[in-house]
Amino acid sequence: MSDPRQRNGSAAPGTFRMRLRGLMRKEFLQIFRDPSSIAIAFLMPLILLLLFGYGVSLDSESIPVALVVEQPSADTASFTAAFHKSRYFVPTTYATTREAEAAMMARQVNAIVVLRRDFAQRLRGADGAPIQLIVNGVDANTARIVAGYVEGVWGTWLEHIALARGRSLAQPVQIEQRVWFNSELRSRNFLVPGLVAIIMTLIGALLTAMVMAREWERGTMEALLVTPVTMREIILGKLIPYFILGMGGLALSVAMAIWLFEVPLRGSPWLLFATSALFLLTALGMGLFISTIARSQFVAGQIALIATFLPAFLLSGFIFDIGSMPDIVKVITHVIAARYYVAILQTLFLAGDTWSVVLPNTLALAVLAVIFLGLTQLKSRKRLE
Amino acid sequence: MWRRILALTIKEFLTILKDKRSRVVIVVPPLIQLMVFGYAATFDLKHVPFAVFNEDRGIAARELVAAFRGSPSFEEVARLAQDREIAPVIDSKQALMVMRIGPRFSADLLAGRPAQLQIIVDGRNSNTAQLAVNYAQSIVKRFNTEWIARHGGSAPPAYTEMRAWFNPNLESRWFFIPGIVGLLTLLVTMLVTALSVAREREQGTFDQLLVTPLRPGEILLGKALPSFFIGIAEATLIILVAVFWFEVPFLGSPLTLYTGLALFLLSAIGLGLMISSLAVTQQQGLLGAFFFMVPAIILSGFATPIENMPALVQDLTLLNPLRYFLVVLRGVFLEGTPFHLLLHQFFAMAAIGAVALAIAAWLFRHRMY
Repeated sequence: MSDPRQRNGSAAPGTFRMRLRGLMRKEFLQIFRDPSSIAIAFLMPLILLLLFGYGVSLDSESIPVALVVEQPSADTASFTAAFHKSRYFVPTTYATTREAEAAMMARQVNAIVVLRRDFAQRLRGADGAPIQLIVNGVDANTARIVAGYVEGVWGTWLEHIALARGRSLAQPVQIEQRVWFNSELRSRNFLVPGLVAIIMTLIGALLTAMVMAREWERGTMEALLVTPVTMREIILGKLIPYFILGMGGLALSVAMAIWLFEVPLRGSPWLLFATSALFLLTALGMGLFISTIARSQFVAGQIALIATFLPAFLLSGFIFDIGSMPDIVKVITHVIAARYYVAILQTLFLAGDTWSVVLPNTLALAVLAVIFLGLTQLKSRKRLE
Repeated sequence: MWRRILALTIKEFLTILKDKRSRVVIVVPPLIQLMVFGYAATFDLKHVPFAVFNEDRGIAARELVAAFRGSPSFEEVARLAQDREIAPVIDSKQALMVMRIGPRFSADLLAGRPAQLQIIVDGRNSNTAQLAVNYAQSIVKRFNTEWIARHGGSAPPAYTEMRAWFNPNLESRWFFIPGIVGLLTLLVTMLVTALSVAREREQGTFDQLLVTPLRPGEILLGKALPSFFIGIAEATLIILVAVFWFEVPFLGSPLTLYTGLALFLLSAIGLGLMISSLAVTQQQGLLGAFFFMVPAIILSGFATPIENMPALVQDLTLLNPLRYFLVVLRGVFLEGTPFHLLLHQFFAMAAIGAVALAIAAWLFRHRMY
């Protein structure tokens, strides 16, 4: 069998366009006949963004906390009042530490604050009075946040006392903190752009992961190969329709992020769309590559499940800070396309057109896109011979 | 009846395991993922890159900078000499935090006036920003205590003493690794079940199965058993790695854990088969698995606490078997929770499993093309 690629290598551009149009038309028909592709592109972003945009938050509020006051006095009353006033806590008073501990075991409270019997007395002593705080450390992050909030309550209460006693309790060094780009520390502002990256990974890989494998499995790939179309045309014919679908999904996600979740978009929308298009190309390329190396839809589906969502979720810097990971894991994150896209998105949304972030990450995305698409073509070409 | 089920079970095992690629896909990636994610999933910050803009020549300022530099949580990446250098180092993500010490810092400190330390953090990831500020605060707090001890001054009349139960050093890895056990078990089970019926439907062999003497219940068992055994084996492997490699404490009883595991598998397999029998093509089956898995993972309390979600979403999580399994896993691993305190979780998973399996069996006969 002669290589169809070579035979068509010098074909006129007009026939190229005609063949490509034919392939794309076929692909579009397939998309519309099995609406699950449209569901991936439009329904998935809608549902996922709604669920996660509202559901995922790292801002703890109304934390149930147990207060144990062994010997109530005016001083302890002013301290517990500070807890009742805080929006972060829902305090419940327990008579003994044992009861409070039972409540924590039963997960009714996340923390216990104990004021010992001699609290009022030691408050006037030289060494000061201890405020005991017991937190449930299972969720270490929440435990730390709770501890931070308790310190906050303690701090305001101290200032209160100082004012009442008419002397300064100022600490030697005071921190004045400024948070740039997200001054209210709203976790939604960084989670929603991150989610857009995850959703685009899913759209891109899912849309294309099955398509090549399906053709091989059903035997229609061989039918395609005996026609005059070249491998490049087949790949382009697959890529373009899904690219259009994916960009539609992206537009929907970005619109929801801005208007529904009120995440500020400080960078330029054009840059956002240009980098997103590049990322989508990478994701589609990855899907096509998976689809090409896996002969069957079953294996392609499995690899897509494994290789896309969890890495994009855990290794992209979406939630977990890449800088704190061990070096080997840091190296692995470099092949995760979502990593670059998350950095671009968080910067474009919250900081603006910062070229020192956008440029290197865009470059990395371009390299990955070329690698995936090139590998796809390479792998497909081998099959022909 | 049992002979028929056994025959189907063997056939299912063969379909999953005879293909080398599909064999590899089931065993290798979960282990690699456990290793990678086990190290990646942590909220403990290490080597936070920070830059110093120190306008003060005094010793006190130098001591404070040294305290930050000595901490394993921070790593100095740049020294700034001018105000306008601050924005570029943060914008480009070269530094996550800039500490700025004004020219009168040491003088203020020695004179007993409050000295200001300005901390500027990159809030693009607000969680990391908040953690970095917390770390900085604890360093400054220690610095203050030492300063008061050496130079005198008024100590605050009350102070906090913290103790953390179950995880004294607040290592977030202990929280995440049991969670990853649940995540990967779900993933493997979904991989095996979600395409099992859909593939037979697409290839037309499911109709053949339906005209055999096998009843829907028997088909269900035959399809569920292989996934169940694969799930148990895979989970055991993952748990062993969690305990012996990552050294997460295992305080509870294995019996409690395996009760939870069996019930979780029951519910996950039920949902997987339900999705699979709804699907006509493998693509739909895969999509269905994704549509279930992604929300199931994000709304399980794995990374962000369920209590932080709005009430409506919290109600939705009640349908999520992973939510209950994570409570069992973390309870048994870290708290040594006894069997009877987890009855509620066991019951919920069993109920989800029973309903899903019943629906799947019903769909076998009633969704025909």
